[in-house]
Amino acid sequence: MTERGKKQLPFRLLLVALLFVLTAGLGYAVLTLPSQAPGLSNPVVANLEASGVSNPVTAVLLNFRAYDTLLELGVLLLALFGVWSLAAVPECRESPPGPVLDGLSRLLVPWLILVAGYLLWAGAHAPGGAFQAGSVLAAAGVLLLLTGWRLDTRFSGLPLRMSLVAGLGVFVVVAVVLILMGGRLLEYPPSFAGALILLIEAAATLSIGMTLAALFLGARPEAGP
Amino acid sequence: MSPAFLYALVGVGLFTLGLYALIVHAHLLRKILAINVMASGVFLVLVALAARTQGAAPDPVPHAMVITGIVVAVSATALALALMLRVRAETGRAELAEEPLE
Repeated sequence: MTERGKKQLPFRLLLVALLFVLTAGLGYAVLTLPSQAPGLSNPVVANLEASGVSNPVTAVLLNFRAYDTLLELGVLLLALFGVWSLAAVPECRESPPGPVLDGLSRLLVPWLILVAGYLLWAGAHAPGGAFQAGSVLAAAGVLLLLTGWRLDTRFSGLPLRMSLVAGLGVFVVVAVVLILMGGRLLEYPPSFAGALILLIEAAATLSIGMTLAALFLGARPEAGP
Repeated sequence: MSPAFLYALVGVGLFTLGLYALIVHAHLLRKILAINVMASGVFLVLVALAARTQGAAPDPVPHAMVITGIVVAVSATALALALMLRVRAETGRAELAEEPLE
C-alpha cells in the first residue's frame, strides 16, 4: 500500500461505515412501506378509455403527464446545446471500418429503422413508444457513425436542426393550438387523442434518435455552404 | 418479503455502491459511471415498488417516470462526458484540480 493510501485508510473506513448506516436507513425506509399500494394505477385504468391509447404507460407519458415528456424533450435539446457549445473536442483518430462492421451495419440499419417504426406503432397498445423507437433509431445512427459515415453537408445545416427540434416543436404547437381551442394545457379531446399522440410520438422519435446520435458524435457538424 | 421489496433493496444497494465509487475515485469517467450506477439503483427502486398491486398490472406512473428519467440520464451523461473531454483538453488530466487553477 502506498504512503497516501495508508493515510487515507481511516477516512475510507469511516466512509464505509457511514454508507452502511445510509444503506440501513434507506433499506429500513423501503421495508416499512405498505406491502400493497396500487398508487395511481386505478385512476389510470379508469380513464384509459379517454386517453386515445390502450397502453397505460404510453397514456401516462403522452396524455396524463404529457407535461413531463414535453419538458424532457427540452432537456434533451439543452444537453445537445451544451455538448455543441463545448465543441473543441479533439478529433478522435478514425480507422476505416473492418469488413464485419461494414457488412453488419449495411445489414442492420434497415432493420433497425423498421423496428423503430414498429415500436412507435406498437406503443399505442403494448410496451413501446417514442423513447424506445428513438433509442433504436439512435443505435442505427451510432452504427453508421462508427463506420465513418457522416451526414452530407447539404443536410447538416437547417434540415438537421429541423429534425432535432421537431419533437419539441410539434409538442409545443399541439399544446398552443389546444389552449387556443379553449382547452387546458395538453388536454386532448378524446375523439382525436390517439391521432395527436401518434403525431407527437412520430416527431419525438425522429428528434430523440437524431439527438442521441448527435450526442454520440459530440462536436457540432459543419454546416454546408 | 415479496420480490418487489427484494428488487427495491437491490436498488438501494446499487445506489450506495455508486455513492461510494463517486466519493472514492478521482477520475471523472469513474465518477460519471458511478452516478449512472446510482441512477440505475433509483430506477430499480421505482420500478420495483410500482409492482405492489396484488397481481394486477403494475402502477404505470412510476414506469413512465423511469422512462423519462432514463432519457434524461443518458443526455446528462453525454453532457458530462463532453465536459470531461474539455477538462482533459484544458488541463491534460481527466480529474478535477485539488487546488483552484491559477
